[in-house]
Amino acid sequence: MTLTLTEKDRSMLKGDFGPAARMALSIVVRMAGVVGADALLDITAAHIDSTVYIGAAGLEFAERLARLGAKVCVPTTLNVSGLDEFHWQEWAVPAEWARQAHRQMLAYQGMGTTPTWTCAPYQLELRPAFGQQIAWGESNAIAFANSVLGARTERYPDLFDICCAISGRAPATGLHLAENRGGQLLFRLSADVSEKLQYSDDFYTVLGNLVGKQTLDKIPVIDGLTGRPDEDQLKAFCAAAASSGGVALFHMVGITPEAPSLEHAFQGTPPVQAIEIGMQALRLSRQQLTHGLDDQLDLVVLGCPHFSLAEFKRLAPLLEGRHTHPGVKFLVTSSRFMTGLARQTGLLQALEAFGGQLTVDTCTLASPMLPAEIKCLMTNSAKFAYYAPGMLEKNITFGSLQDCVDSACAGRVIRDGSLWDE
Amino acid sequence: MGRIILPGRFIIYGLAHATALVSREPLSFWGGYDWQTGEIIDRRHTLSGQVASGKILALPFTRGSSTTTAVLLEAIRNDTAPAAILTTATDFFFALASVVADELYATTLPLIALSEADFGLLRSGDDVEITPQGEVVVQRP
Repeated sequence: MTLTLTEKDRSMLKGDFGPAARMALSIVVRMAGVVGADALLDITAAHIDSTVYIGAAGLEFAERLARLGAKVCVPTTLNVSGLDEFHWQEWAVPAEWARQAHRQMLAYQGMGTTPTWTCAPYQLELRPAFGQQIAWGESNAIAFANSVLGARTERYPDLFDICCAISGRAPATGLHLAENRGGQLLFRLSADVSEKLQYSDDFYTVLGNLVGKQTLDKIPVIDGLTGRPDEDQLKAFCAAAASSGGVALFHMVGITPEAPSLEHAFQGTPPVQAIEIGMQALRLSRQQLTHGLDDQLDLVVLGCPHFSLAEFKRLAPLLEGRHTHPGVKFLVTSSRFMTGLARQTGLLQALEAFGGQLTVDTCTLASPMLPAEIKCLMTNSAKFAYYAPGMLEKNITFGSLQDCVDSACAGRVIRDGSLWDE
Repeated sequence: MGRIILPGRFIIYGLAHATALVSREPLSFWGGYDWQTGEIIDRRHTLSGQVASGKILALPFTRGSSTTTAVLLEAIRNDTAPAAILTTATDFFFALASVVADELYATTLPLIALSEADFGLLRSGDDVEITPQGEVVVQRP
């Protein structure tokens, strides 16, 4: 397939819009060739995952673009960086690492972007609308933008998101096109999954882990859910399914905007495969999120993806009148914006009185902030539970928000499995 | 099995000849590949603990994090990347790392897609050679 370029594209490739735009668009064009796109399309917003600091190559890429005078041409938010810009010294982040990560922050911040530093950009006011063509990085955010907001992005990696933001262009392919957004696999919830369990805060996390694992790179449709999950439950589902699998778009019948009915979700074609989800599979999925059984506990991590204002609101009453055990740190990771709102509404005081800590701009996976003596972690996030064993070489226990708070107070892991019949 | 020749499709052109490291399970390189050593560190993955550096790595596709590309780019720069990667389809994340490596360092990582059936014939330990025509020559000792 040959790629048709507009006059403006050709002019940008010649350098008429500056050397950074030329570099950015030439990468977009090469990748359009790789995926066999026959045209590019305009995107009108971007979210940049390239901000995550990994090493010298990523920094060289960012600083090359910055040196060439790169400026984004659409409203652009930034994902987490490698450090909490103003509080990293409170943790074990090596100074040299912090210096490099900060250079990367400055490079992207200087391109006319909004320094949001969050993996949950859909919590911001400036979030995409239904049908909007966007270029988003960050796996959980991609799934949320496509599925919950009905905006349209491919599953974009680091380094590409910024090329789209600078050039304003993306390959016209994949999930950008309506005809590629129909469901492929049907998951049907069994009657043995109680309504009460479905309303619990860890149900969608466990469900997402299971669906991601079985779907891999397809588009799953989930049917048979009762009630209406809130955005935090959907966030948890997105993060889980985009970690155990490569899910960039899903539909929940009667819940997500492109799935008012099963027929709509599958765009009129019958599902290739239908999978029944019962309690046994859900229990197994919940068990898989715990790695290295241990009731010892050094740290509880909440806010993966970043804690929302609604989550601060849900957490505050659970902490009231209690204090974390002297041997257990209790950490919430969130964005500057959400913590600002939480402070204004008096919700942070509850966390502080409990002995909890707060990190913004980054997280414990993206920043080497945890000291070596912290070995046993607990979280309510499937994404964190998925990556922590390999990235941090720590034991991890998965539990509900209530389990996490109870365990922090007790100084050891406590889990209530009654809703899971365990 | 002896020697077989599988028809591959270049996603990114390049030649390689090395021992294969094969999994049917997708992998996220962020949290899954230590770019400083080339070790697979996803502790839930079938290849956990194996070193892919210098090998021909066969994975159906990527899963998980958007940061897979950035991790692979670091590995290419650090000389700890696989010699080539075989997949079952065009994987955008791998391809972009190779394209950006070309842009920054004038070096590429060869990427070849195989049919699912042919991919299924590969085994870890096979001697694999990528020819200029994109054929994947497999010899099993």
